[in-house]
Amino acid sequence: MKIAIASGKGGTGKTTLSTNLASYIAESRECALSDLDVEEPNSGLFIKAELIHEEDKFKKIPEWEKSRCELCGNCQTVCNFNAVLKLGKMIMVFPELCHGCYACSELCPTGSLPMKQKKMGELKAYKSGNLNFIESRLIIGEEQAVPLIKQTIDYVDEHFSDEVIKIFDSPPGTSCPVIEATRDADFVILVTEPTPFGLHDLKLAVETVKQMGKPFAVVINRHGIGNDCVELYCKEDNIDIIASIPNDRLIAETYSRGDLLYPTIPSVKDAVRSISTYIDNFDLLDNGSLKSKKTGQIK
Amino acid sequence: MKEIVVISGKGGTGKTSITASLAYLGGEDLIVADCDVDAADMHLLMAPDFGKPEDFFSGELAYIDQDACIKCGKCQAVCRFDAIPIIDSQYVVDPLGCEGCGYCARICPTEAITNSQPNVGKCFISSIRTGTTMVHARLSIGADNSGKLVAKVKNEAKALAEIQNKIAVLVDGSPGVGCPVVSSLSGASFTVLVTEPTVSGLHDLRRVYELVKKFGIKAGCIINKGDINPEVSREIKDFLKEENIVLLSEIPYNVKFTEAMTNGKTIVEYDKDLGKIISESWEKILRATRSVGDPE
Ligand code: SF4
Ligand code: SF4
Ligand code: SF4
Ligand code: SF4
Repeated sequence: MKIAIASGKGGTGKTTLSTNLASYIAESRECALSDLDVEEPNSGLFIKAELIHEEDKFKKIPEWEKSRCELCGNCQTVCNFNAVLKLGKMIMVFPELCHGCYACSELCPTGSLPMKQKKMGELKAYKSGNLNFIESRLIIGEEQAVPLIKQTIDYVDEHFSDEVIKIFDSPPGTSCPVIEATRDADFVILVTEPTPFGLHDLKLAVETVKQMGKPFAVVINRHGIGNDCVELYCKEDNIDIIASIPNDRLIAETYSRGDLLYPTIPSVKDAVRSISTYIDNFDLLDNGSLKSKKTGQIK
Repeated sequence: MKEIVVISGKGGTGKTSITASLAYLGGEDLIVADCDVDAADMHLLMAPDFGKPEDFFSGELAYIDQDACIKCGKCQAVCRFDAIPIIDSQYVVDPLGCEGCGYCARICPTEAITNSQPNVGKCFISSIRTGTTMVHARLSIGADNSGKLVAKVKNEAKALAEIQNKIAVLVDGSPGVGCPVVSSLSGASFTVLVTEPTVSGLHDLRRVYELVKKFGIKAGCIINKGDINPEVSREIKDFLKEENIVLLSEIPYNVKFTEAMTNGKTIVEYDKDLGKIISESWEKILRATRSVGDPE
């Protein structure tokens, strides 16, 4: 089962929830947590595990080989991202702008733009008992997060069987990176705060997962700090709230030190337990929908 | 005309609440720009009238005309983004997956594929309750060009500030360290970094400051919830000193901060003590910004 943890914006407690949930689940079964917020991966600050594997991740970009080039300019014409330009007797490629679509390379009549590897980031895998942790980090200045997210998900798919619970800490927002991160998920957990900002961002996130046709539920973080707008909205729209983590200065302090919360804070332990039970209650059907073991209801 | 950009690396540090307070303090002297287009929240505190909406088109999106398609499968073979699945035995473009590279349209033997510019968002020029104008936007779901939309919001705001002879544009910047925040930062006279003393807060601050440094922009820092972890707070201050970043203020952990937002108010309107701290920061920002030469 693949679970994506997402939110309409950053800072709602997505990472807190992912790391605590994964560590809690790993107490009883194998779990793989991946930090897909490749621009700013943070989960690693809360996970103490041993580094077991490290690899560079590459994207493919074209590289000009002068010898056979006829300077026909076709490459410039076909690139929709202005990433290849003909300047006088030179063909210039701008790697940061390239989306790696292969058009210039494969449509070049003389094969003068072969695709070559360029490093875009690093993937690291850690292990501690039943807990596997995978983190990818984009190198600064690299603008395309999506290819690295994709390769990270591929790595997880290759290395862990279907029985392993896979948790994906998604990037914030509603744009391409989060779509890529949740595209493969069987279930999405949306984390929000009970405030007008939280509600506004939650609505956008709900719209996104609905458009993707994913089953989802909500977890409220810092419960008690704002008002009941999120609860009212969820009730009206028939959205399950599967857990609430209270607003508590002790939580903020524990978090600030980079410590996991559930081992010392009972309310957080209750929350991760409810989520784990909620997830366990579903069977994954072949068509990708979820069936409740208790009620037989399909999501 | 100056440009003050508030950023935080990651969300959740109170950046928008603080920016809204600065906007309140600056009042009619400012044009406000909400460049956090992915999760634009400023409007919840600024009561904009959503005047002058404008659709924003960018990029490309492929579309397959089923009548012209001979189902040769070439488009699917060349698409590197797995964006052409077969649904009900028809080749169709998945709009959320399509990067708009245009490759498929170029090789389709029957010219069944056309590209159009998708509507990726809306941009608004609104009157707000502080007696001035705010430029803000809403990005469509799954849209990729937030960097361009950010640039549009900023340019509109700058043009207005120029015409109306305002002192500055106040920008609520985008999160992260990617393309949108690069667009938010370019041309800034002064950057306000909002952080909190958590291990992740410090980590994000360092990362986003690398970017600020690349642009050579002067920066100041507001530490929110400063008393939550004195040790990390000290580490942040050491970092600020090292990098020559002005410490603008340290705001204590206070539920009033969120209460204000829940009531649709800025912090300066809602709580005297917190308000005083932010007012002092604003004075410092103005002083620091004045000493920076105008861009261009
Ligand atoms: S398409 Fe190929 S041959 Fe033509 S200018 Fe580009 S690199 Fe040279
Ligand atoms: S691979 Fe695609 S995006 Fe990259 S330079 Fe070639 S045509 Fe442009
Ligand atoms: S390449 Fe053109 S004709 Fe062939 S399957 Fe695609 S759309 Fe149809
Ligand atoms: S435009 Fe590019 S990304 Fe979109 S469907 Fe065609 S080949 Fe795929």
